[in-house]
Amino acid sequence: MSTAFNTSMADSILYLDGVNVSFDGFRALNDLSLVLDAGEMRAIIGPNGAGKTTMMDIITGKTRPDSGQVVFEGNVDLTRHDEAAIAELGIGRKFQKPTVFETQTVHDNLELALKADRSVRSSLLWMLSNEASRRIDEILAITRLGDHANEIAGSLSHGQKQWLEIGMLLAQDPKLLLVDEPAAGMTDDETAETARLLKEIAESHSVVVVEHDMTFVRDLGVKVTVLHEGSVLAEGSLDAVSADKRVIEVYLGR
Amino acid sequence: MRGLVFRAFDRGGMIFLGILFGLILLLALSNLIMPVGHPLHAPTYLVSLIGKYLTYALLALSVDLIWGFCGILSLGHGAFFALGGYAMGMYLMRQIGDRGVYGNPELPDFMVFLNYSELPWYWHGFDMFWFAAIMIVFVPGLLAFIFGWFAFRSRVTGVYLSIITQAMTYALMLAFFRNNMGFGGNNGLTDFKDLLGFDLQNDGTRVGLLFASAMALGLGFLICKAVTRSKYGKVITAIRDAESRTRFLGYRVDRYKLAVFTLSACMAGVAGALYVPQVGIINPSEFTPANSIEVVIWVAVGGRGTLYGAVIGAILVNYAKTYLTGALPEIWLFALGGLFVFVTLFLPRGIVGAVNGSGDGGPSPIMTKVRDWRAARAMEGRS
Repeated sequence: MSTAFNTSMADSILYLDGVNVSFDGFRALNDLSLVLDAGEMRAIIGPNGAGKTTMMDIITGKTRPDSGQVVFEGNVDLTRHDEAAIAELGIGRKFQKPTVFETQTVHDNLELALKADRSVRSSLLWMLSNEASRRIDEILAITRLGDHANEIAGSLSHGQKQWLEIGMLLAQDPKLLLVDEPAAGMTDDETAETARLLKEIAESHSVVVVEHDMTFVRDLGVKVTVLHEGSVLAEGSLDAVSADKRVIEVYLGR
Repeated sequence: MRGLVFRAFDRGGMIFLGILFGLILLLALSNLIMPVGHPLHAPTYLVSLIGKYLTYALLALSVDLIWGFCGILSLGHGAFFALGGYAMGMYLMRQIGDRGVYGNPELPDFMVFLNYSELPWYWHGFDMFWFAAIMIVFVPGLLAFIFGWFAFRSRVTGVYLSIITQAMTYALMLAFFRNNMGFGGNNGLTDFKDLLGFDLQNDGTRVGLLFASAMALGLGFLICKAVTRSKYGKVITAIRDAESRTRFLGYRVDRYKLAVFTLSACMAGVAGALYVPQVGIINPSEFTPANSIEVVIWVAVGGRGTLYGAVIGAILVNYAKTYLTGALPEIWLFALGGLFVFVTLFLPRGIVGAVNGSGDGGPSPIMTKVRDWRAARAMEGRS
């Protein structure tokens, strides 16, 4: 490993090097390497099957890589931890399909996500403090769900569920947020609103956004990584990668 | 801690417990005060019958806690009930002393009959009530802890978990049927004389057991309320609805499940312990897999995830069972099966759900079903 690599690993919030995963002979990730600096927001694009969701699964401990390094904050080997431990380390994830706790209220969803001791004992004895309550109200305001706080999450519209899930990420207050297709199924207005919300979040967090919607990626205005067949094809500003011939060939040009 | 205790007492729960204890008190008074032959006299068999229903209700409550709130469908909870029952049975056997048929002061009758020369080691201590009382909670709790530790860590869920709980109770049944297990084989433990010095045949003792069962049910209800209304309760509900999402929030799902499963098994053990002195016998048939499935039907009929629904379901279905097995014995199993099918199709939220409506102020599910069914019929008629 070169010295340059070491330096970048120390400064990085997320460091993937030579990651390989296969499922039944299908190589989902093929020598994938990616470095995210602390405080950075990155958009990941790529055609279906490029390995975007598998990459998220690797980072959050849902899938174990066959080989390769996955390092968080320069010194934590994520391949040694499970989902709950990784969430506790400070990595939050929003799923492609909005998954909120449908039978519980919006407020309870946020309360469950709110950063706190996750042990059985402390959850039994937990009382909602003024501070926690204030934080939930803040998040309700940011995600514009204030009027729906006491509604059952299952009764929200699709877009509102997406925002609730982003709100839950905020409540978790992770160091790194992984956001999978936040604008999927949204109207144009909702998409623009979501981009605004994410940019606001990125001011104080490191964020990885996986997205198909090019208008949305343009709205974000951040460095873009293009994945193809499980590895990085190109990296740079959206304009730079859009001009890349190989990218046009596999993705944009179709 | 204060928050946890406070949460146990909500208005609905208090009303429910008030009604329950009021009825129990009336029953007790009419048994003890009214003279025999008076139309308002409640016969002693009725006192014990209701007492038995209350222990079933506590068992149903324990199943509702894990199934209704955490989505763990245990089809083996009868095993924890039976283990609690055996622990109580062992105490009651030791209380017989030399009043048994063989008059052996140390060994229960079945051991003399099977040529035991001394008491097996695991029977020691059961002559003391406090020890038996601890074992009533500890043994089912320990089994649930070990079973759950392996099952939940390996992420065994859904129907697979249900199947291994069935296997667990079946294996225990086979084990307890063996004479050399030292639990009386297929005859089990019976011929009990007294409990804490009170004659079990005495009306006063019967009423005392009825009250003890009601107290245990009330306490179990309050514990379930406190647990399910805490943040812990919200977490297990989250696990029920979206297990892997809960994991990504940083909750150790296996530990949360293990805690509630163990608590539930302890409650089932207490229920079994109160059941045994009221029916006068405990034998391996209590481990029958079908028993555990029946408990799930009680909860489904009453309405899962409501706690009081489980109590109502257990009492109603068992009343129907007592009535039908007496009046039309060949009908009972068909009635039970039919009831389960009916509830699953038309009352997915049980009797309680049907009465309360859908919670969000909409029409009750039974009416919605009827309307859907009529609409479907009308469509068919047209085509």
